[in-house]
Amino acid sequence: MMDVGRHPRIKLLTYSEIEEISGYIGNFRIKIRRKARYVDENECTACDECVEVCPVIVPKEHQMGLASRKAIYIPFPQAVPSAHLIDIEACLGFDPIACSKCAEKCDKNCINYDDKDKIIEFDVGSIIVATGMDVYDPTEFDEYGYTRFENVLTSMEFEILTGPGGVTKGELIRPTDRKVPKSIGFIQCVGSRCEKRGNPYCSNVCCMNTIKDTLLLKEYYHDIECKVFYVDIRASGKGFEDFYRRSKGLGVKYIRGIPGDIREDPKTKNLILTVENTSKGSIEEHELEMIVLSVGLVPRYDSDVIQKLLTLSTTSDGFLMEVHPKLTPIDAPTSGVFFAGCCEAPKDIKDSVTQASGAAARALTILSQDKVKIEAVTSIIDEDKCTSCGICADVCPYGAIIVDKKAKIPAKVIEAACKGCGTCAAECKFDAIRMRHFSDEQIMAQLEAILEENPEEKIVVFACNWCSYPGADLVGISRMQYPVSPRIVRTMCSGRVDEKFILHAFELGAPIVLVTGCHPVDCHYIDAQQWAQRRVERLWDKLERKGIRPERLQLEWISASEVGKFVKTMEELEEMRKKVTREEIEETKRILSKIKK
Amino acid sequence: MGSETRIGVFICECGSNIAGTVNCMELMEYAKSLPDVVCVVVNRYTCAEPGQQEIRRYVCEQDLNRVVVAACTPKMHEPTFRKCVSDAGLNPYLMEMANIREHCSWVHHFDKAKATQKAKELVKSAVARARLLEPQKELEVPVTQAALVIGGGIAGIQASLDLANAGYPVWLVEKAPSIGGIMSQLNKTYPTMD
Repeated sequence: MMDVGRHPRIKLLTYSEIEEISGYIGNFRIKIRRKARYVDENECTACDECVEVCPVIVPKEHQMGLASRKAIYIPFPQAVPSAHLIDIEACLGFDPIACSKCAEKCDKNCINYDDKDKIIEFDVGSIIVATGMDVYDPTEFDEYGYTRFENVLTSMEFEILTGPGGVTKGELIRPTDRKVPKSIGFIQCVGSRCEKRGNPYCSNVCCMNTIKDTLLLKEYYHDIECKVFYVDIRASGKGFEDFYRRSKGLGVKYIRGIPGDIREDPKTKNLILTVENTSKGSIEEHELEMIVLSVGLVPRYDSDVIQKLLTLSTTSDGFLMEVHPKLTPIDAPTSGVFFAGCCEAPKDIKDSVTQASGAAARALTILSQDKVKIEAVTSIIDEDKCTSCGICADVCPYGAIIVDKKAKIPAKVIEAACKGCGTCAAECKFDAIRMRHFSDEQIMAQLEAILEENPEEKIVVFACNWCSYPGADLVGISRMQYPVSPRIVRTMCSGRVDEKFILHAFELGAPIVLVTGCHPVDCHYIDAQQWAQRRVERLWDKLERKGIRPERLQLEWISASEVGKFVKTMEELEEMRKKVTREEIEETKRILSKIKK
Repeated sequence: MGSETRIGVFICECGSNIAGTVNCMELMEYAKSLPDVVCVVVNRYTCAEPGQQEIRRYVCEQDLNRVVVAACTPKMHEPTFRKCVSDAGLNPYLMEMANIREHCSWVHHFDKAKATQKAKELVKSAVARARLLEPQKELEVPVTQAALVIGGGIAGIQASLDLANAGYPVWLVEKAPSIGGIMSQLNKTYPTMD
């Protein structure tokens, strides 16, 4: 931590939040809000004199409320930067008439009640997301009485309680009588590996964390009785099994079974736990003086913010999704962005550090180059066909198209700003926009090839490159099976799916057409997906008017992780397909060919 | 390059991942019948060096100007094969992939005949598209040689130090008033107990 604070090449912005990220690989523009600390970070020496005079006492976040702090405070003694700040919500001095004790006490005049948030903007070539995770709140496991019994703690609170910086200076005491407990139980998998409550996944670190806790306890309090209630002990890291064996060797009892209930003895405040010991096949009761719930890890409460800023997706567990779970586990789907630590999945310190170094190395593959190439999927205007109507500029999520409607100057594309979603090409009524590498002709040719033989047996699926296409990939990777009828045509964005592609598919005899892409919040082109939605809705009306059943055109948002939804959609479409008769298909062809004429 | 379109189709067995379901020999015979296809090659693993070597060799020997790789998802190996054809002197955008693994062999595992038929159509569609592909020039943009690290926990700290020690400026942005993250709340940690 100190190394970061002192490093000449690291500009540390704490108490800061990202407001905006624009640009692309090699050229990101970042806008940061640096929140007011009300204490000059550079001048403050953390002498603590201000803290002594502050009259406001509030729970200390860093100690999970197991200790208190003042309104002016340092988060913890080793904090970097080593400077105080004022919790302005709690401070009385915002109105200096009420209180300005700290400002009066500070010899260096570091305190400024009028401090304001600052906006800082800068450019970078690469981004590493290391936003971490949160710890599971076990309140919903009411049978463990976390909110009712004081001697039931979470593993995180146990950490604080036994930490040298804690209120007890590292001495383990139980909350009710301030005495060292003679017995302690650990319940594993609280909030993990449970389909009904908490999360279905394994949180990776809790088994080893409990084993560590038992070793610590046995080191400091030889006589303490430790019992661990578990489903499986997962000790699969280097040296971890030895660690587990050591714990057992010190007399820690491992009991296979997850307790169903905890009661409190009202007199002694001891806890009586009921468990089915699945090794013995017996129901047991254990009286313990303290119980620690070994809670799992969950995605950060605010992870949707970073997800939107960088157009990232999540896997079904809510953690950020990588490009490939095995071969590109560090890269985000957005080029130039990489993951480090628990934002990607629960992991321990060693794995976080390993991934962080990996992410740094991945970022260096970009930073060490003078130039990067950008995929040549951009739009080109045919000036002869362009009527300067301006629709393309209206739908472009990036403002990459400039049109002077009044002067009737044809549209112009700023190539470096165009991301290639293709919405402009799909919306242009005059066919004046050509998408490089995803041209109308190329997509139409694909449709013609797919539907040349037995079109009535096919379902045409237009899937976007970022969510639905990789979603279909993940279905394959998961070896899930679905009917053979779907034929997937890739476009960069669902916004690219031109009305004429859909009509052409029907004209060629497709019984069912599906347009699928990212959910609105996940769209990789800010909001280009909304144009697909509007277009399909418009087309439903049009089909109905023409006497074509609108249900034959389907719209479904399927994210890259929604494998179940993808398969279910394919199965449903297959049922629909079977109901479309040859006569109906022929009738549609007739209607559409008549319109063309 | 002459004006004649000359397509090479490279079918990947992917060990048994594709060949276990799709009859690759039948697929090969079918692909030969498609318009503008001048050669069809089946490889055990097209992405492996011998497979890529075959592509480069055929591009040169057969004077190919389009390449269709029938293998896995382009999300995985499109960059690999773009680079491969580009090493053989072809514009990388003249390579097209047919996803006959994730979208075919793996999801229609129990119906080999239908999966093979679908694979044929996926290749046919890729060939149809390949015939209309055009060379594209990628825009080269300068790189800002600095990094942003979001989050100052143990992972963000490690990444920042590595990047800074490699000589690049780093902006480390942390939401809380101090860096350290959850790590700073922990007592001793496994397996070193420090």
